[in-house]
Amino acid sequence: MRHIKFLFIGILFGIVLSKAEVISWYRIYEMFKFQSFHMYGIIGSAVVIGIIIFRFFNKGLIKDYLGNKINIEPKKKGFSRNILGGIIFGLGWGLIGACPGPMFIILGRGVLTIAIAIFGGLLGVLFYHIIKHKLPH
Amino acid sequence: MDFILEPWPWYIGGPLIAFVMFLLFYFGKKFGISSNLETICALGGAGKLHDFFNLDWKKNGWNLVFILGTVIGGFIAFQYLTPEEAIALNPQTVQDLAEIGFNDAGSKYLPDELFSIDTMLTLKGFLILLGSGILVGFGARYAGGCTSGHAITGLSNLELPSLISVIGFFIGGLIMTWILLPLIF
Repeated sequence: MRHIKFLFIGILFGIVLSKAEVISWYRIYEMFKFQSFHMYGIIGSAVVIGIIIFRFFNKGLIKDYLGNKINIEPKKKGFSRNILGGIIFGLGWGLIGACPGPMFIILGRGVLTIAIAIFGGLLGVLFYHIIKHKLPH
Repeated sequence: MDFILEPWPWYIGGPLIAFVMFLLFYFGKKFGISSNLETICALGGAGKLHDFFNLDWKKNGWNLVFILGTVIGGFIAFQYLTPEEAIALNPQTVQDLAEIGFNDAGSKYLPDELFSIDTMLTLKGFLILLGSGILVGFGARYAGGCTSGHAITGLSNLELPSLISVIGFFIGGLIMTWILLPLIF
């Protein structure tokens, strides 16, 4: 029950991405065709506000709910992993029009076929960890 | 109330995504969705196949609860908050899609050409769903994050690995959209 707040944050996230049409395959296609500002506006405004929020976190002006300083864990350094992993991810994103979050939200719409893609996602994660020692990072 | 039932513009959606990220950090967590795929693998017994999955999944229990919430959110939005599911696409997009065999693009929220049960029951349709999922899962963990971890959190934190990853996301997405989709459909 101590995790119940994350259920509500998740519900909010699911509603926001549904209502802003972020989980529509058409919007992702339109974005990659550069035929609409919609998705760029969404990602861009989220990042601009995110930069401001992180400023407050890093300066200690906003603390977490327990009063501790909020530390943002840096991403692992590397070039190959980011560019190659990114391209592989992008190929899948461009095809199914959904990244991992939207896949679950689409499932909530009752589109059960997306479960195949989620299962594929689990297989992809499994493959990655099995062959990761052979990949450039 | 009418406003809630209409599609939300980018300047509502983007800031609310940032607000969700804020809430997760405020409550001592992070905004990273693709790591749930690893947790679910661990729950499914993938530890027998690779040691990595012998992780303590309880540590990520909050994130699974978050994901469960997103499913419920998708259900609520679909059932109660979206009386009109058409997407107001650029007419050029509709025309481009018609040329590769997508009829009446935007008349529904998601294309039947990918998501209908009939499509899933064809070999091609099934492989598209499965294959795209594999690419997304594999790529996200190889790159160390997906749209939430890299494009939103990482860019907000001005991280170079995230910028490189997002450039990769776009290279892959552009290759798929401009070159491969017309070949696939």
